[in-house]
Formats: sequence, C-alpha cells, structure tokens
Amino acid sequence: MRSASSTRSRWGLRALGLGYLTLLLLAPLVAIFYKTFEHGLAPPLDAITSPDGLHALKLSLLMVAIAVPLNTIFGVGCALLLVRHKWKGNAVIDAVINLPFAISPVVIGLSLFLLYGTKGWLGPTLAENGIEILFSVPGMVLASIFVSVPFVVRETVPVLQEIGTEQEQAASTLGANAWQTFRRITLPSIRWGVAYGVVLSTARVLGEFGAVSIVSGSRSGETETLPLFVKKAFDNFEFPAAYGASVLLAVLALSTLLAMNVLKRKEDA
Amino acid sequence: MGITVEGASKRFGDFQALNDVSIEVPNGSLTALLGPSGSGKSTLLRAIAGLETLDGGRVLIDDEDVSTKPVQKREVGFVFQHYAAFKHMTVFENVGFGLKIRKWDKTKVADRVHELLQLVQLGGLADRYPSQLSGGQRQRMALARALAVQPQVLLLDEPFGALDAKVRKDLRTWLRQLHEEMHVTTIFVTHDQEEAMDVAEQLVVMNEGRVEQSGSADDLYENPANEFVMSFVGEVNRIGDAYVRPHDMEVVLDADERTQEGMVQRIVALGFEIRVEFVLADGTEIWAQLTRPELQRLELREGQIAYLRPVQAKSFNGSSPSSDHGASTPPVAPDEGDAEKPAAV
Repeated sequence: MRSASSTRSRWGLRALGLGYLTLLLLAPLVAIFYKTFEHGLAPPLDAITSPDGLHALKLSLLMVAIAVPLNTIFGVGCALLLVRHKWKGNAVIDAVINLPFAISPVVIGLSLFLLYGTKGWLGPTLAENGIEILFSVPGMVLASIFVSVPFVVRETVPVLQEIGTEQEQAASTLGANAWQTFRRITLPSIRWGVAYGVVLSTARVLGEFGAVSIVSGSRSGETETLPLFVKKAFDNFEFPAAYGASVLLAVLALSTLLAMNVLKRKEDA
Repeated sequence: MGITVEGASKRFGDFQALNDVSIEVPNGSLTALLGPSGSGKSTLLRAIAGLETLDGGRVLIDDEDVSTKPVQKREVGFVFQHYAAFKHMTVFENVGFGLKIRKWDKTKVADRVHELLQLVQLGGLADRYPSQLSGGQRQRMALARALAVQPQVLLLDEPFGALDAKVRKDLRTWLRQLHEEMHVTTIFVTHDQEEAMDVAEQLVVMNEGRVEQSGSADDLYENPANEFVMSFVGEVNRIGDAYVRPHDMEVVLDADERTQEGMVQRIVALGFEIRVEFVLADGTEIWAQLTRPELQRLELREGQIAYLRPVQAKSFNGSSPSSDHGASTPPVAPDEGDAEKPAAV
C-alpha cells in the first residue's frame, strides 16, 4: 500500500515538474519554431540572409568574440584573487561583481549613456580625442561586458575552493613557477567551471537587449544586433524575419551548450 | 646536504606557530619532527621547503642561506599527507612533472619515470589516474614524483597519516629501506612516537612552537629533558611530581615502606605484554606493564588489592605543569632529577 502511494506521489511530482517546465519554457519555444517554419524554410532564411539580417548576425558574433574572452580572462583572474589572495577588499569585489545581476539591463544602458553621452562625464573628453563610444560598437561591447561579467567568476570560485592549494604547492616544490603552475595544474583543474561560465556568458551576450538597445541607437545595418533586429522586425510586422532571427539566436546559444557537453563527454570517456 | 634552522619564528595571527626554533639535521640522516598537533612541526617543515616564509630566523641547506629563495628553486622533494596527486594526470605524468618542467628530453623522462615506478613498486600502473589507485599507491606515487628531480633533501609531512595501520607499517619499513639505499637527507613529520622511533635516526620533539629536545630515540627515552618529552616519547604514569614508566612499576603482594596500595581495576592481555590498571587510594589511575609469566606468578584478579613499587622514577623540578591528580606525595624516591637539559643533537 505504502509503496503504491509513494510511487503515485513520485509520478505526481514528475508530472508537476514536467508540466511546469513545458508550459513555461518549452511551449513558447515550440511555438516560435513552429511559426518560423510554418511556410517552409525559405521565408525565414531569406529574411535573415538579407543584408541587415546578416549584419546583425555578424555584429552579435562580434560582441561574443570580444566580450566573452575578456570576461573569461578577467573572470578567472578575479576568481583567483577572491579565493587565493585573501584580503579585506575581497568583500567589496565580491559585492561589485554581483551588480550586473542586481541591476536591470535598461538601467545599465542608461548609466553608460550618462557616462559616455555628449553631456556625460567622460563623453566630451573622449569626443575631443575622436573616440566615439555611444551609438557605435565600443559602447555596445561595454554594455555586453557589463551584463555578462559575473558568470565566469561565479562558476570558477567554487571549483577553485574545492581543489584547494596542495596540488599547486606540490607543483611549486617540483620547480614549476607561478605561470607553469597555473597553466599545468590550476587551469586544467578548473576548466569545466570556466567552460560553464563561458557558455553562460555567451548566451547572455547573444541575448542582451536592454542595455545594448539604449547605447547602440539600433541603426539597421550598423549598430543592430540580432535581438535588436528581432524587435525591429516584430514592430514592423515582418514576422518571418522576427521568427527566423529568434530561432537563429536560440540555436546559437544552444549549440555552445551542446559543444561544451560533447567536449566534456569525450574527455570523461 | 645538511639542513640547519636558526631561530625560526612564525606567527599566524594570534597563534605563535614557531618560537625561536633551531635544529640541525646532518647530511644523509633520517630525522623525525615529532609533536602533537599545533606544535609547529608541519610549519617548520614547510618553512624548510619554502612553502611558508619565516617572520624571523633563517634556513640553511648545505650551508647556503635559502631563506629568501623561492620554493621552486630550493630543490626539495616534498610529500604531502593527502598526496596532492595531480588528478588530471596519469601516474606517469605525475612522476614526470618535475622533469618536464626542467625540459628533459622525452625519452630520458620516460626512462627515469619507469625506473622510479619500479623503485616504488608501481611498475604496471603508469597509465592509471590517481583516482584508480589505493591510498598507499598514491603516496608511493607522490614519493616517486618528489624523488624524480633528485632533490637535495626530502621532506615528508605526515606521509602515512591518512593510511590504515597495516599499510602504514609496510610503508614506513619501506621508507627506511629506501633511505638506506638513497641516502638523501630526509625529514619527516609525525605525531606518532612509535612511527618516529621506528623510522628515524634522530628525533626532534616539538611542543607549542618550540623544540623540547632532540636526539636519538634511546636518548629521548632514557634521558628526557622534561615531563613533556617523558610523556610524549613512551608511556608514563604520574604519581605526584614523579614520573614512572609502566615497565618500571613493580607489582608485589606484600607492602613495605616504599610501596603504595592500589586496587586492580582492569587486566588487559595484549599477547606477551599485560597491561594492569590500578586505582590508588587517592583516586590516581596508573598502570603497570607486566609480562605474562609475571602475571601468572602474581595471580592478580580484577578488584584485588596489590602493592606498587616504582623501580625508577623521574621528577622535573621547576617548570612543572599544574597537577590534576591531587597533591598527595607518595613515598617515591626520585633517583634521577636531571631537568632542563638543553636541546642538542
């Protein structure tokens, strides 16, 4: 009797969990995939291979190519600082790193606007020297970095704590200098934490809308990333373009996750 | 390569880990740093390796002051209690790590690694990962890794502490044999006095960041400098201010002016050796170490009254810690009172 009821409750829980996920996460995704390919491959493909669509794709990939490596280097360095070099300032760094999680992207965009705008604190000085931040690629990169800074740090810190320092000390007694120890011992030990942070960063940068939309000016074919392209197409009732670009975004983010899983499985085997 | 430490001090916050410690380790010797946890023995070992920087004092290896030399330049082999195996590398890669850092030629690395794996009896396990080894195998791998680079000195931090009793015993015999073959100056840290006496030629007894005494196992046992050494190296009973080894406690059935009355609480047979536990009239608990024939002759039973006569007792005047056995002074004649012997090798 008891086992029958516990089986029932287990199945009940599973159904509830799956139902919740289906309704909230899967159903919208299925809907957009369905809508996109409702009339075959041609309409969405044409839309995203248009000059503006291709430019948006290129720009989104450029954001990833600049922001993610910078975040990775900074993230690993910052995690090392937080875990391996204890000092009082760490509490401050720790709190500041979480800011992008706490602040709405729109607010981040606005604050960059205030800093680099024509009447901002830094904007006029930079403009005199011929450096344009707002409404161009540098500003969009800044916004992308801002929103995605915490991921690599947050994924790396617990792994670093877990591996401890003994292996690194052993390497140093064997003659390895700081860089050799980092490259041959520390990095291989934390690589899956870092990799997961990279995947999350990539997804975040690809998907970023709020902050980038404010600092970019969203000019088609110039400062428009894929999410901005989707929004504009949607506003202009160009549904095949909106859906097609949406699916492209989803596929890009999912493939980074998939790539990491494949690499990891290959190594574990 | 002899090792000398002069006036080493190290403080962690409020904790004085090392307090003016000086030791001398002769070239080619096998020395144990022995002491309870928190005595500073591991800190001293790590300071010799360069894994810890001293607040004061200096470390000399082969008469060269290495105090400011970074760890990777000191050419010490270090073995950690929890192995510190490189988990993402095979046994082969672990052992060859130091050689690869030194940019040895690949074939030479392979030769050297296989030679060492033979030495530590891990010949067939070169391609395994540390997670596929037992604790004893991992520690032997760590030892091979430390020896691969032909260090000037070998430092082992509680190397057998995480292993079970049987493996420990095998490994320490094996370490002693290895030392006889290689003659590399070796220091190892342990809290186990039996292990220290079994393996080492010279013991340095540490307590609360200081060296209490150093010397051979015999020397420390026969002529302890103070009550700490007496009670840490070997077993001891305390009766008032006197310290008596359990084997110096004679048990008789008739009282005289030098005996004390005690009741047999428990008789523990440990093979040939018998441990007889007594409680004295004032509540002090002591034990005597008898042999099986002695016990049979005395026919002791639990609950019986017998008389104890210390054959040899020591007392250390002056720096005696407060007694928790009451202040009764039994009729014990301390026949040796050589307190405060300087810690010399």
